[in-house]
Parts: sequence; structure tokens; C-alpha cells
Amino acid sequence: MRGTSLSRTVKWTLHYAALLAYVAVALFPLYWLLRVSITPNDILYKQGMALLPSKVTLDHYATVVGKSDFLLFFRNSIIVSGVTAIASTLLATAAGYAFSRFGFRGKFWIVGLMLVTQMFPLVIVITPIFSIFGVLGLTNSLTGLIIIYTAFNIPFATFLMQSFFDGIPKELEEAAMIDGATRFKALVEIVAPLTLPGIVATVGFCFTGAWGEILFALLLNSSPSASTFPVGLLLYSTRGTVEFGPMMAAGVLALLPVCVFFFLIQRYLVQGLTAGAVKG
Amino acid sequence: MASIEIANVRKGFGAVSVLKGIDLTIASGEFAVLVGPSGCGKSTLLRLIAGLDDASGGDILIDGRRVNDLPPRDRDIAMVFQSYALYPHMNVRDNMAYSLKLKRTPAARIAEAVGGAASKLGLEALTERKPRALSGGQRQRVAMGRAIVRNPKAFLFDEPLSNLDARMREQMRFEIRKLHRDLGATSVYVTHDQIEAMTMADRIVAMNAGVIQQVGSPLELYDDPANMFVAGFIGSPAMNFLEGQAKRVGNGVEIIVGGKAFCTLPHALALPEDGHVTVGIRPERIGIGAARGGTAEAVVDLVETTGAASVVHVDLTGQAMKIFTTERLQLAHGERVPLAFDAGHVCLFDRASGERLR
Amino acid sequence: MSHPGAAARRRLAILEPWLYSAPALILIIVTTLVPIVIGISYAFRNVMLLDPTSGGFVGLDNFRDLMRDASFWNALKNTVTWTASCVAFQFLFGLILALLLNRPFPGRSIIQPIVFLPWAIPTFLIGMNWSWLLNPAIGPLPHWAYALGLMSAPSNILADPNYALVGPILAGIWWGTPFFAITLLAALQSIPREIYEAAEIDGAGGFERFRSITIPFLAPTMLITVMLRTIWVANSPELIVVMTKGGPADSSQIVASYVFTQAYQGLNFGYASAVATALVVLLLIYALLLLSIRQAMLGSR
Repeated sequence: MRGTSLSRTVKWTLHYAALLAYVAVALFPLYWLLRVSITPNDILYKQGMALLPSKVTLDHYATVVGKSDFLLFFRNSIIVSGVTAIASTLLATAAGYAFSRFGFRGKFWIVGLMLVTQMFPLVIVITPIFSIFGVLGLTNSLTGLIIIYTAFNIPFATFLMQSFFDGIPKELEEAAMIDGATRFKALVEIVAPLTLPGIVATVGFCFTGAWGEILFALLLNSSPSASTFPVGLLLYSTRGTVEFGPMMAAGVLALLPVCVFFFLIQRYLVQGLTAGAVKG
Repeated sequence: MASIEIANVRKGFGAVSVLKGIDLTIASGEFAVLVGPSGCGKSTLLRLIAGLDDASGGDILIDGRRVNDLPPRDRDIAMVFQSYALYPHMNVRDNMAYSLKLKRTPAARIAEAVGGAASKLGLEALTERKPRALSGGQRQRVAMGRAIVRNPKAFLFDEPLSNLDARMREQMRFEIRKLHRDLGATSVYVTHDQIEAMTMADRIVAMNAGVIQQVGSPLELYDDPANMFVAGFIGSPAMNFLEGQAKRVGNGVEIIVGGKAFCTLPHALALPEDGHVTVGIRPERIGIGAARGGTAEAVVDLVETTGAASVVHVDLTGQAMKIFTTERLQLAHGERVPLAFDAGHVCLFDRASGERLR
Repeated sequence: MSHPGAAARRRLAILEPWLYSAPALILIIVTTLVPIVIGISYAFRNVMLLDPTSGGFVGLDNFRDLMRDASFWNALKNTVTWTASCVAFQFLFGLILALLLNRPFPGRSIIQPIVFLPWAIPTFLIGMNWSWLLNPAIGPLPHWAYALGLMSAPSNILADPNYALVGPILAGIWWGTPFFAITLLAALQSIPREIYEAAEIDGAGGFERFRSITIPFLAPTMLITVMLRTIWVANSPELIVVMTKGGPADSSQIVASYVFTQAYQGLNFGYASAVATALVVLLLIYALLLLSIRQAMLGSR
């Protein structure tokens, strides 16, 4: 920024002040969650509005982990989200590669199809899927959720992988094919390793998407053994006597995998979106 | 080493016809250079030989065997790309060994082949490095090493020197030529740089707009171009083209440019009805100064000198010309100088078709 | 002259892309397309989950009920409020954030992930988090609002039929701003620096550069993003379902959440599908409208 020293200082101060406001707003709700989760019950309501509790405790976490079904819900969520992430990424990698490298008839329609399915409200397929899954015995099962989540994640995951593949020159596969590889071998041994950031980003994206899904989880699963974390937390919070401490602790635990993934991959997500945006 | 035959090959992308019936035979061990401007189809033809694209029509034979339906990996050819296409996540040794590993060659054989190629190209010290730690010229050599290791029937080069600076390009031209002499490999080399074509080729294939314009040794194309395209493309500075009149006079041809006598050719040619021709003469075939016995007079515009030689830009009765000389001449802008034209090296072209008149 | 290998190679060349994309496509068709079609068909049938005798074709009965259903029209009104408020503020705050992040500055690599973080938080958790924040028993917001004079007493707005929708809107803005910021930032960074420099040399000040370079460059991206985002926000009932369940007394219900509660609580799948179908039709009309406006804009350039 050019200009006099004073106006530059003023500009930078405003700049940082505005950013600080955004940071504060972004972090405050999460901070509050953390704060309540470590506030012992006896001062929970008395010091309700204080920004910092006078005493801290890990009791609520102990309650969540030891005395409730949350560990089970957590486990279910990890299984569902993990398998979804891997399956989505595999399928999206193959499809994204096809869209990146081939200009084939029907490509326009397929891409259009993927876009269109994104636009339909989820709610319209809830009832038929419930019926279909009921018939197939997939309700109250983790497998049913995995299938649904994978299908919903694929369009965006494919878009991500395609833009990452677009960033890798075609000559690399051509050189490998001339060296003696089949296209598939070239994809696996040469191209895919180079899109590792893209793969990590896609895995992270699909994982967090599946981790937080609640509508289908609520509708399709009614027994605790197949419930995921969101369902468990929601039902827990609508019970008669609500204990905020353990609930917030459970919320913080729910946040952890998401935050970890996000901090790892956010750089690549912006990269991927930028590449796609440049394409227009 | 193998010969390559191209028979009536055509290639179209949708409605656009990029190659319009190419016939070409490259002999075993020959270094053939495909040269032409952007879009002439030379890279497309190379990719058809490699198998990276399919021909729309015609036959491609390698070593007498029709390869149209074979994928690249079954054609036993090696290719050096313009961007080198080195595998970024492998070091130099693994890059060169990749093709052999795919064929499940025993490790000892791989080490031998890679070692041999590395020493031939001066890469021994670099085998552990990754491509991003190499300079342009070094990457170029690794790309060639990757090709050499395979001991293929033919080498294909797709403008490999375009990404290098001028000095590096000079050096690599020399090294590629030497390598060809050592290995005696059939090579097809694509470039848009006519200097590379002239200095490296056994035979040049000049292409324009999807059609072969002329095939011959570098000096054949230089001294005896088949049409205006070849005449103007090969040679730097480029051949001068002037509008003129040609008339049969006895056993020779009299040429008039700008109303003044230009020169007289000692032999007869087939001339067009109206006598309108394009006169072609290379800049180094023009003499400046009264001592040369020149009769035509031109006005000096500008002199460019590189130290070893000079290019003099003149105006001859309204038409611009360039003269190439190794003499140090003191010429001022606007000065009038007499020019002498070497009649033995004047080419006449049909003004409409650009074809050489013989 | 035909060669046996040629046909096989041509076939493979055509099949290859399909082989790679088939698994993804099959999954999508089976789990999305087919149910969409079936879902629309439910709208024309009487499907009550707990009634085994239901399932008969009832024609347009569900849609007739729809027209007379005050809750539906209320939900439609709320949908407009919900979507417009969310998208407008997300866009505004997202644009400001993108502009702030556009030029490198010390600390950007730390600040950027932090301000983008809300996007990664699962919506149900955001819903619950904000429910707690707005709950005067445990959260600070009502007390601050009271202290600032915004409220006459620190109460839970989620329990107030007049303001219940505000809660999810706040949560939605908090969550959706990073998405706009990321998209707009990516678009901003694709504008070549030289254009700004040339304008500066020509004498254009900061605001003028913004008006004549940034906005025109961003306009296409902004339009598409806003359109997609509007559809997406209108379609997403999660925050509302978690925070208010559409209540109290359907005051914060939007069409999408209405579908969900009809299906989940009322178990009336037929009616729920009718409502959902109506929503799809409305969104299609909206999308077509915007696309034709865009076409007209492009045409008049």
C-alpha cells in the first residue's frame, strides 16, 4: 500500500481490526462451547456469563466418555465417515480423471447430471430412500448411511479431483505409456501420487461432510447401536433433564476430528477451488 | 534400427483437417527433421507415429509392420517431449529405469543400461537428484537418457529444445547430433526452428498447412527450393522476394524489377503467360559496390551488424531488400549503392501459386 | 481395407472414459436419480408409513391439501425471509473478508484458517451451539442483547414466535460466510495484478479501481455463486430442524424443514413428497429466471 506513513498506518490498523473482529466472531461460539465444558457444575449457573470460569474441571468429559453411549456413537461416526471418505475419494478420483483427460460424448450430460442432483433438496429423496432401504434391510445400519453419504459426496469430490488432475500435464501419462505402461498403470504409479494434496483434500472434505450429517442419520436409524454422533447428541439434548456440561463436552469432542482435518487441508481446498475458478 | 513409412496418412479433428494425405519414408538410421510453422501438422504427425493419437486414414509402418492399431507401448519407440515430462517424484535413476522396470528386466540389467546411458550423457553425478533440482539442459539430457535406455526402434523428438535459452540450445544441438552419430538411431525430430533443421538433419521434411512442401537434404532445400514457402522458411536472414517481369530472350531469361534491368539468367525456364513472376534471391548472393560490376541502384535504409557480418537493408525501386555481407562497409542512410545479383542463384516463382518455375 | 485390431482399439477408446466414471455414475443414479423419481411419484399417492393399507394412487389430492394448508404458505414466506437474509449477509460479510485476505500480510497463514473454520463445523453442531448461546440459562447472547438495549429482557428468542427464525439465520450467517469468502477470494486472486497497476498509473484511486476492475471481473462468479447458494440455502433445513424444529407453532418453519417434519413426525410420506415437489418446482422456476436474466445481460454487452 502506498501513501503517507500515517495513512498507511491507519489503513493497516483498520485492516487488522476488521480481521480481528472476524477472528473473534469465528472463534467465540467455539470458545464458549469449550468454556462451559470445562466449568464444574457448582459454578455453572452462578458464573454463567463470565468469560473465564474460576475453576476448571474435566469431569464432564469423564461423564461423556465413561457414563454414556457417546463412545459408541463416536465409534459409529468414525466408521461411517471413514469408509465414506475412502469410497468417495476412490470413485471421485476415477471419475475426475476421466473428466480431466477425456473429452467424450456425453460428458456434458454427465456433468450436468451431477450438478442437477446437487440442486434437489435432500428432503425429496428422504422418503423414497427410507422405503427402499427398509425393503433392502439397510435401515438401522451403518452400511445404509455409508452408501447414501458416498453418493452425495461424489459430485463435489469429483469436481475437486478433476481440477487437481487438470493441474498435471498430460505429457506425464503419455511418457509413461510410451515407456510401456497401460493408462491405468500410469494413473496409479505416476499421476495419482502427484495429486496427493488433492486426494488428502478430498478425503478430508468427504470425511467432514459425512461426520456432520444429521437428517438421514436421524430418519434412517432409530436404534442406538447404529446411531451416529449427531443423532446421539441431538436426542440427548432433548431429554427431560438436560445437563449442559457433559453436552458441551460431547460437542467439543465432536469438533476435534473436524478441526484437525480442516487445518490440514484448507490450503488445498482453496487451491482446488482457485484452479476451478480460473477455468471459469 | 528401423525404417518408418507413412502412406497417405490423414488426420482430422472434427471438421478441421490437420493432415491432408502425407506420404513419407524415413530410412533406417536417418535423422529426419519435420519443420514448419505452428499449426502445420508436424507435431500431430509425430504423435500419430508415437501412437498417442489415431490417424483418420492411411497407414503407418514401423520396420515394415503396420502399427496403426498398436498402443504406444507396443510400438517400441521412445519420445522426448518439449516439456521433458520427467516423473517429478522419481530421481534421475528411477526416471531412466522406469520403462525397464515395467518390462520386469532384472535389476542387474537395469543398472547396466542406466549406468551406460548416464555416462554417455554426462549424468553420473546427478542420478540421485529429483527433476526439480536440475537445470533445463540437465533435464533435457535425462529425458534423452530415458529414451536411450530402451534401445528402441526409433527416437521421436517433439521440439525438445524450445524451452532452453539460446546458448543451451546451441550446445544441445551439438550433443544430440553427436549422440545420433554414436547410436545410429532412426530419429524423427520436430521443430519450428529452421536453424535446428539445417544443422541437424540428414533430410528435412518441410510442412505447411498439413501438406509436405518438400523433402530433401538441408542444402537441397536451401539451394533448390520447390516453392516460395520453403524458400522463405529455410535460411536466415530470409530470402528476398521481389515483384518482377520475366521475358524469354534467346536461350535465357531477362528479369526486370521496378522497370529496371535486374539480371539475365543463362538458361531457359517455363514462364507464365503475362510474365509476372516473383523473383527470389538470397541476401548473401547480392554484392554491394561498384567493384562488383553491379548495374542496379538501391538506397540504403539501415545497417545491422553482429560484428562478424552485417545485414544491409535497402530499397530497390520501392521494394525492400536485405543484403548479407561479411565485409565491413561504411554506409549511410540514404546513400545510393550499386548492387550486383548472382544470376546463378536467382529463383523464379509463379506469382499466383508460389511454385518454383523451372 | 478393415483391420481386426482397428475396431477393438476404437471400441476401447470410446469405452475407456466410461469405465473410469462408471462406478461413480452408477452409485449416483441408483441412490439419487431413482429416489428422486420415486419421491416425486409419492406426491401422487397416499403413503402413510404406519398404515400398511396405504400407498394408493390419489392423483392431485396431496397438492389440493397443499394449496389449502396455511402452514405451507407460512413456510413459503419464511423460506423467502430465511434465504434472502442468509444469502445477503453471507455475501456481504464474505466479500469484505475476501477483500481483507486478498493481499498478503504478516499472520495471514494463521488468520486465514481461523476465519474459514466455521465452514468445517458440522451444521447440527452449529445449530446446537447457537441454541446454547441463545439460551439465557447458559449462553451470553441474550444477556448482552439486554445490556445493549436490544431486548426488553434476556429471553430465549428461539421460544418467541416472532423472532424464532432469527436464531437459525444468525447461525446460518456464521456458517456460510467462509464459503462466500473462499469462493470470492479465489476469484479475486485470479485477477491479474498488472491490471490494477495499469489503472493506478492511469490515476485511479482505491475505490475507483474496486468499482471499475474488481466488480466487473467478479460479477460472473458472484452471480453463479449467489444463484447456487440461494438454492442450496433454501434446500437446507438442518439448522432450523436442530434449533427450533420449525417451532414454536411452525413460526420458523421453512418449506424444506416442513417436508422433514411431515415425514419424520407426521409419517405422511405422500404429503411430504408433495411439499418437496412443490419446492423443487419453485426452485427450478427461480433458476430458469436467473439464467434468462444472465443470458439477457450477456446478450446486451
